[in-house]
Amino acid sequence: MSDKHTLSVLVENKPGVLVRIAGLFSRRGFNIESLAVGPTEHAEISRMTIVVDCEEHPLVQVTKQLNKLINVIKIVELEATQAVQRELILIKVRADADSRSKVLETVALFRAHVVDVALDAVTVEATGSHDKLDALVRVLEPFGIKELVQSGAIAVGRGGRSITDRTLRPLERSA
Amino acid sequence: MTEQTSPVPPKAHAPSPLDIPARGAAQKPPPSKAAASAQSAGASPSAASPPAAPPALAIKVTGAQALVLAMERVGVEVVFGIPGGAVLPAYDPLLDSKQIRHILVRHEQGAGHAAAGYAQATGRTGVCMATSGPGATNLVTPLADAYMDSVPLVAITGQVSTSLIGTDGFQEADISGITYPVTKHNFLVTKAEDIARTIGEAFHLAGTGRPGPVLVDIAKDALQATTEFSWPVAFDLPGYHPVTRPHSRQVREAAKMITEAKRPVLYVGGGVIKADAWAELKTLAELTGAPVVTTLMARGAFPDSHPLHLGMPGMHGTVAAVGALQRADLIVALGARFDDRVTGKLDSFAPDALIVHADIDPAEISKNRRADVPIVGDCREVIAELITTVTTEHEHGRTGDYTEWWAQLDHLRQTYPLGYDEESDGSLAPQYVIERIGQLVGPDGVYLAGVGQHQMWAAQFIGYEKPRTWINSGGLGTMGFAVPAAMGAKVGLPEAEVWAIDGDGCFQMTNQELATCAIEGIPVKIAIINNGNLGMVRQWQTLFYNERYSNTNLGDRKTELRGTRIPDFVKLAEAYGCIGLRCERKEDVDAVIEQAMAINDQPVVIDFIVHKDAMVWPMVAAGTSNDDIKFARGLAPTWEADTE
Repeated sequence: MSDKHTLSVLVENKPGVLVRIAGLFSRRGFNIESLAVGPTEHAEISRMTIVVDCEEHPLVQVTKQLNKLINVIKIVELEATQAVQRELILIKVRADADSRSKVLETVALFRAHVVDVALDAVTVEATGSHDKLDALVRVLEPFGIKELVQSGAIAVGRGGRSITDRTLRPLERSA
Repeated sequence: MTEQTSPVPPKAHAPSPLDIPARGAAQKPPPSKAAASAQSAGASPSAASPPAAPPALAIKVTGAQALVLAMERVGVEVVFGIPGGAVLPAYDPLLDSKQIRHILVRHEQGAGHAAAGYAQATGRTGVCMATSGPGATNLVTPLADAYMDSVPLVAITGQVSTSLIGTDGFQEADISGITYPVTKHNFLVTKAEDIARTIGEAFHLAGTGRPGPVLVDIAKDALQATTEFSWPVAFDLPGYHPVTRPHSRQVREAAKMITEAKRPVLYVGGGVIKADAWAELKTLAELTGAPVVTTLMARGAFPDSHPLHLGMPGMHGTVAAVGALQRADLIVALGARFDDRVTGKLDSFAPDALIVHADIDPAEISKNRRADVPIVGDCREVIAELITTVTTEHEHGRTGDYTEWWAQLDHLRQTYPLGYDEESDGSLAPQYVIERIGQLVGPDGVYLAGVGQHQMWAAQFIGYEKPRTWINSGGLGTMGFAVPAAMGAKVGLPEAEVWAIDGDGCFQMTNQELATCAIEGIPVKIAIINNGNLGMVRQWQTLFYNERYSNTNLGDRKTELRGTRIPDFVKLAEAYGCIGLRCERKEDVDAVIEQAMAINDQPVVIDFIVHKDAMVWPMVAAGTSNDDIKFARGLAPTWEADTE
């Protein structure tokens, strides 16, 4: 049974933090579905979005274990209905003079963009939910996909509140 | 945390004059509040800003001097280690320290276990030191050992210079990468100005919350560079907030359950010793009248002679302790973690029990067995609050009635006491040797063990009355733990009678530290329970592998003599500058123990030649239910309820 959970993890921006987190997952026998990491509005803090596929009990356990890592500052589970979640995909699709217009039509339908054109192929960029990108790939497949690269999901909670607010207020004050 | 275990110096906030070397007397560790406020103060500055310290007091030093000064400030009195190329700069100022005694060990593994023995005997953070590469990798086993048993430890390793890191330089090993999974945290320090703060943080992490090992790897050029030293340091640990204060509603709920239960058990783990909570535990037990079981890591947390004590639970626990857990309607776990060696087959463990689980580590709660009432907090605070709330329940006329429960338990412990058979051929029973050591040395002695049969017998047949008098490798099961750990315990408690109960297999893994003991004047006693075999493995071969003894005989098959004779442990002891004694007959046991006890200026090794077929009982076979415990081969106890 698929049971996906999205964790937003605020971590100190220090060397080795990614290895500590990835290592913890593998050591405790948890599978990472996708992982994306990047800077935040605070230079000293990075944010990881980790999608895991597990049931409720192991999820609690992995969250507690993550919390024990000294470099982990905060963990929030983002519920699908309460968050915006996006992935980025780049697809190199076979497209010659005959098929190009059909490819472009499909691209437009998905509100994707062509970011590179060659004689025999176009490169398509799309963002969206996992399901939307899956659908895009399915309809482009008949044209011939030469290359495909996809990012991990990133997500942010809906509404005006920020998960970094409370965590970081003291840091801002003293900086 | 408590006074003993807090590693931050008392004057964490008071400006103190900084001199090199620092004053002689070891600083007394402060109460927990200082540690807490030092940390919250440390959480304020952003990661990029320098430590907030009185700049007027900063002095120019090398990174190595900063390291030694910082260790002095956190109260280090002894370091176990071996120098080498990358860590050489740190050893130079160490020579001048009047506060820190460095004990030169013979193998880094010995340094690590010695630091762990010191830490467990004293409650203070143990320190070991090694060079880069092989020096550091030799610390991996003791770090993993300390991690499993939550022992506060700081390991300091030299690393190759920053410019060489990542080039496969001579004696380079990525020790922080290697030890991620076996440390509470670790650091790679590449700048001299980060050394003092990192040392402060390392000791804070090791000794607070759930204690554990912390490794600080310092690049050689950082040790050599010039920097400014000032103290106190501001910690930069925004993600570290251990919870020590329990949630009072949960505690009230637990108290109510204790008074309502018919068959409660207090399941006591090593956390009670770590939190210095034994006095509170005794009060709680006597207040409630509930039976107590103490795990392998908690032996000594509750007096063995106490009528409420049922002994050790688990694979080799007493029938009464195992039976009590299995039949309980309420288990109150205090600083214990439902290890597989305690629960047996998990899904058949204590099927009718509600679980109150108190631990300082939230990740332990409901990890193996779901807790009905989770309590996150320091055991001492939790138990103190339980005492208050249970008292309130009693004042309202709600007291537990465990009369029937005790009738069952008394039946179990009277019918199935711990015991052993003398060997029919007149050879020495290992249990007898260990029992006599415990009786002659008494409850003030500090006992250590390696891993295997002798460890279990030492846990069973020595009566522990006081905390921190039983030190062993519980979680990792590290053979070779006893000799170096005994050395560390004796350094921490020089007045105590320190006895390592060791096996002949274990002893051969780390006995090189006898040289350290002899030269440094650390008069430990080592009792080798010599059966010429890897005894516990042999026991499993006897029981589960049709008596096919594959590679468990350590003895010389060309001689009729029992036990391991190569090496000759008596001659080996003498070669190491220790007194070597041997005992092969029951009638000589007392005399040889007394002879050893009379020697206080030299380490003593006693080679007790014992029967190889003795087995550890009771036993719950691995992977089976606790209900299937055997108190002797093929003999299952009859639970009282079954006969009714």
